[in-house]
Amino acid sequence: MPSAEIRNLPRELEIFRGRLLVAGLCIAALFLVLVGRFVHLQIIEHAHYNTLAESNRITIAPVAPSRGLILDRNGVELARNYSAYTLEITPNKVHDLEALIDELATVVDIAPKDRIRFRKLMLESKNFESLPIRSRLADEEVARFSVNRYRFPGVEIRARLFRQYPHRELTAPITGYIGRINAKDIEALEASGQTANYRGSDHIGKSGLERSYERNLHGTTGFEEVEIDAGGRAVRTLARTPPNSGDNLILSLDLKLQEIAWNAFGDRRGALVALEPSTGAILAFVSKPSFDANLFVDGIDQQSWDALNKSPARPMTNRPLQGQYPPGSTFKPFMALAGLATGKRTPQYTINDPGYFTLPGRSHRYRDWKKGGHGSVDLHRSLVVSCDTYYYGLANDLGVDAIHDYVGQFGFGTKTGIDLFGEMPGILPSTQWKLRRYQQKWFAGDTVSVGIGQGYNIATPLQLAHATAVIAAGGKVYRPRLVSHIQDARDRSLKPVAAELVRTVPIDPDHLRQVRSALVDVTRPGGTAAQAGSGAPYDFAGKTGTAQVVAMKQGERYDERLVPERHRDHAWFIAYAPAENPSIALVVLVENGGHGSSAAAPIARIVFDYWLLGNQPQSTQPQENTNP
Amino acid sequence: MLRRIATVVTANIDGPLLAAAAALLGIGLAVLYSASGESVARVLSQFGNIGVALLVMWFAAKVPPNHMLRIALPAYLVGIALLIGVALFGEMSNGARRWLHIGVTRIQPSELMKIAIPLALAWFFHRNEGKLGIHHFAVSAVILLLPVGLIVRQPDLGTAILITASGFFVIFLAGLSWRIMLALAVGAVAAAPILWTLLQDYQRQRILTLIDPTQDRLGAGYHTIQSTIALGAGGLGGKGWLKGTQSHLDFLPERTTDFIFAVYSEEFGLIGNIVLILLFLALIARGLMITASAPTTFARLLAGAITLGFFTYAFVNMGMVSGILPVVGVPLPLISYGGTSLVTICLGFGILMSIQTHRKLVQT
Repeated sequence: MPSAEIRNLPRELEIFRGRLLVAGLCIAALFLVLVGRFVHLQIIEHAHYNTLAESNRITIAPVAPSRGLILDRNGVELARNYSAYTLEITPNKVHDLEALIDELATVVDIAPKDRIRFRKLMLESKNFESLPIRSRLADEEVARFSVNRYRFPGVEIRARLFRQYPHRELTAPITGYIGRINAKDIEALEASGQTANYRGSDHIGKSGLERSYERNLHGTTGFEEVEIDAGGRAVRTLARTPPNSGDNLILSLDLKLQEIAWNAFGDRRGALVALEPSTGAILAFVSKPSFDANLFVDGIDQQSWDALNKSPARPMTNRPLQGQYPPGSTFKPFMALAGLATGKRTPQYTINDPGYFTLPGRSHRYRDWKKGGHGSVDLHRSLVVSCDTYYYGLANDLGVDAIHDYVGQFGFGTKTGIDLFGEMPGILPSTQWKLRRYQQKWFAGDTVSVGIGQGYNIATPLQLAHATAVIAAGGKVYRPRLVSHIQDARDRSLKPVAAELVRTVPIDPDHLRQVRSALVDVTRPGGTAAQAGSGAPYDFAGKTGTAQVVAMKQGERYDERLVPERHRDHAWFIAYAPAENPSIALVVLVENGGHGSSAAAPIARIVFDYWLLGNQPQSTQPQENTNP
Repeated sequence: MLRRIATVVTANIDGPLLAAAAALLGIGLAVLYSASGESVARVLSQFGNIGVALLVMWFAAKVPPNHMLRIALPAYLVGIALLIGVALFGEMSNGARRWLHIGVTRIQPSELMKIAIPLALAWFFHRNEGKLGIHHFAVSAVILLLPVGLIVRQPDLGTAILITASGFFVIFLAGLSWRIMLALAVGAVAAAPILWTLLQDYQRQRILTLIDPTQDRLGAGYHTIQSTIALGAGGLGGKGWLKGTQSHLDFLPERTTDFIFAVYSEEFGLIGNIVLILLFLALIARGLMITASAPTTFARLLAGAITLGFFTYAFVNMGMVSGILPVVGVPLPLISYGGTSLVTICLGFGILMSIQTHRKLVQT
């Protein structure tokens, strides 16, 4: 067998031996240090530690704070706490978990889904925590268990506070929900140095306001010095640092308004956002269909989760925040202002609309919704009848980058900055954007469809409401927010959340007047929302929109009855009221609802009637009107 | 016939090393019985782990060092690949990604690297012996820091630091100039404030907690407070086997694994602690003797790294439990419950034995 050659190069060997000696001495020295430490602890301080060991019957237990409530502007509770009993197991105190659970099931009801959820919790938690196997025990179950408790070491009954969302689906997109703390949450807490504050807490905000205001809602954890007996059960409390309850959130939301808006949709899908143009405070925030937030608090069971996730109506999507749709004709008022601001159009400039538009030198016809066209159309009329041809031409004259630069000021293409996580920014296209996204040049044909709010143009309902509020406020852009006051839990004092003026869009007062008067005429006879506006004792301004979901081929006509429901156009309506000094601006979206005038505008009218007059609706019949 | 079998079985076993290790393993089982709440099942399980580890040691001892030289680089590369695998597909447990599922079992690549890195470094210096220049030391730093970086990401700062230490031992023994070490030390001290800001909050908390554990009595300070109480309460002669109150009243977490030394100290006192240290010293002394008389650069460096590495784990664990070092998740070698640690340690011993016993064959 070939052996390793002896290659003892003398110098290296000498260095090595020397180093080895150094290492040996260090080892001896360090062990000596260690022994020194032992002598210190076990001889010198022995009496002290012995006492501590004896009195280690004292343990420190965290006291979880009470979570802050979420209330609407009138004090109606949207998220509240109630107390109930849970049955909890500490896994590392139990030898045979399965057998124990089987035993327990003879005393208290335990369903298979409870077991599954418990097992999942075990994977995610640390070893010495107690985890719930059943929550919200009935008094009878508590009694039965207590009598049998000696049979179940490692199992305890705890009184805990639970979160409840009394208005369920109606408020779920706003409140969000809390859920159990998992490994990812722990990482985030460690990273922000908050771990100590969450000892004794099992839940943390996962979505909605519960999440974005977690710091305020959670409060501060307290501590208790508790004497325990040999079995580890608390005998008495020796000292206590009380917890600080979380702050309450007072929203600007009006729950009654929210409810009226929700009901106005009937069984159709969609979104509605209403806000105060002068402050950005949100009055209503509807996403329909929605989900029951209460399902998530203790960990949603697999069946319900599947049902929610697989439903084609997508109840889990927060439509105002995350639903991105082509704005359609609601984009036109902003185009009009762009045209006036850049000088490309004057109020007097008139076109003759034959019902279509063509780019110079091309044959493709971009069609107006009205066959044969609207005839003679100026700026005012273009908005009142929603003339597509006028805006095709305007878009082509402006070019996409000018549109992007001007209209972007109203918030299109960027997040509005609302106090919720998960907002989508929509897309306001430009030549740069297309190059970055698709590595393609921008074509003139792309611009034309942008002009009527189609093509690459997409926006969230929140963005549209926000942009409408800017027109209503004469150019002032306020950051939209849900929370208006934070109420300190200790002294009940209210700290207002200030309105934030993000920027002011410089709009010439004449231009503003032109566009606003046209928007008012939209709701009068001859306008596309005349039906919705008829009989109103106040003036309001609005714009209908119908966003295409599926493009029509050249020469084809859109017939609503022939198109399957999920391919039908989305119906939009943006509006503010009253026309002078508006106090409310809103957007309505009815998914696959067809025409903005018939499906969406009536909902806005119902909302305004309540908000301005206090009138509640008797019936909600959608109006028949074929103007978009 | 029987004598032939006996010879084959014991041919590559180093008596003194085995004796010291066996004594420690025996003590480990006794303490485990106490720490686990007198669970025979737990002790039997550890007995099984020991069996496997001794088998690994026996096999490793049979492998001649020049075979090890050949697989050093491949082992290192496989380790790197597995670490990348963990980073991409690893299983999340207790907030960290350290394990990788392979078929029916799961492995922890960072454990593998505890052996693979010293192997690779020893191989590297052996290859370039007699002509070591500063650029070799630079390359060795890269060989070390690449896997360490991946382990830090897991995150497993404790293991990363220990692996860095054992890699550093090889580089130190290979002859890294004192000047460079001094420069690094000065640099580390100077950079300490910057490193402080780079640390995550919970890591800073661990260090601050070391200075005053009562600041975070329920969190990082809990382990240290409880273990020092257990140690101190042990006194001179300890409370006696199976009679430790801290461990048996549930006050001490991780008492069968990282903090088992606290149970031992409470039950056997200062006298028991000194006996344990003497046994560790005996083991290490034997390791150093093997290191000093190893025939090749590769064998020398590898043996040195294994021996010094063993010392480091023992010292860090006992230091952590007695409250002079911050809490890092490091088990006490040969005593703590756990198969992976045993296998890694015994693999190291097997390599030491191989180096020692194959040496005789060479010196003809």
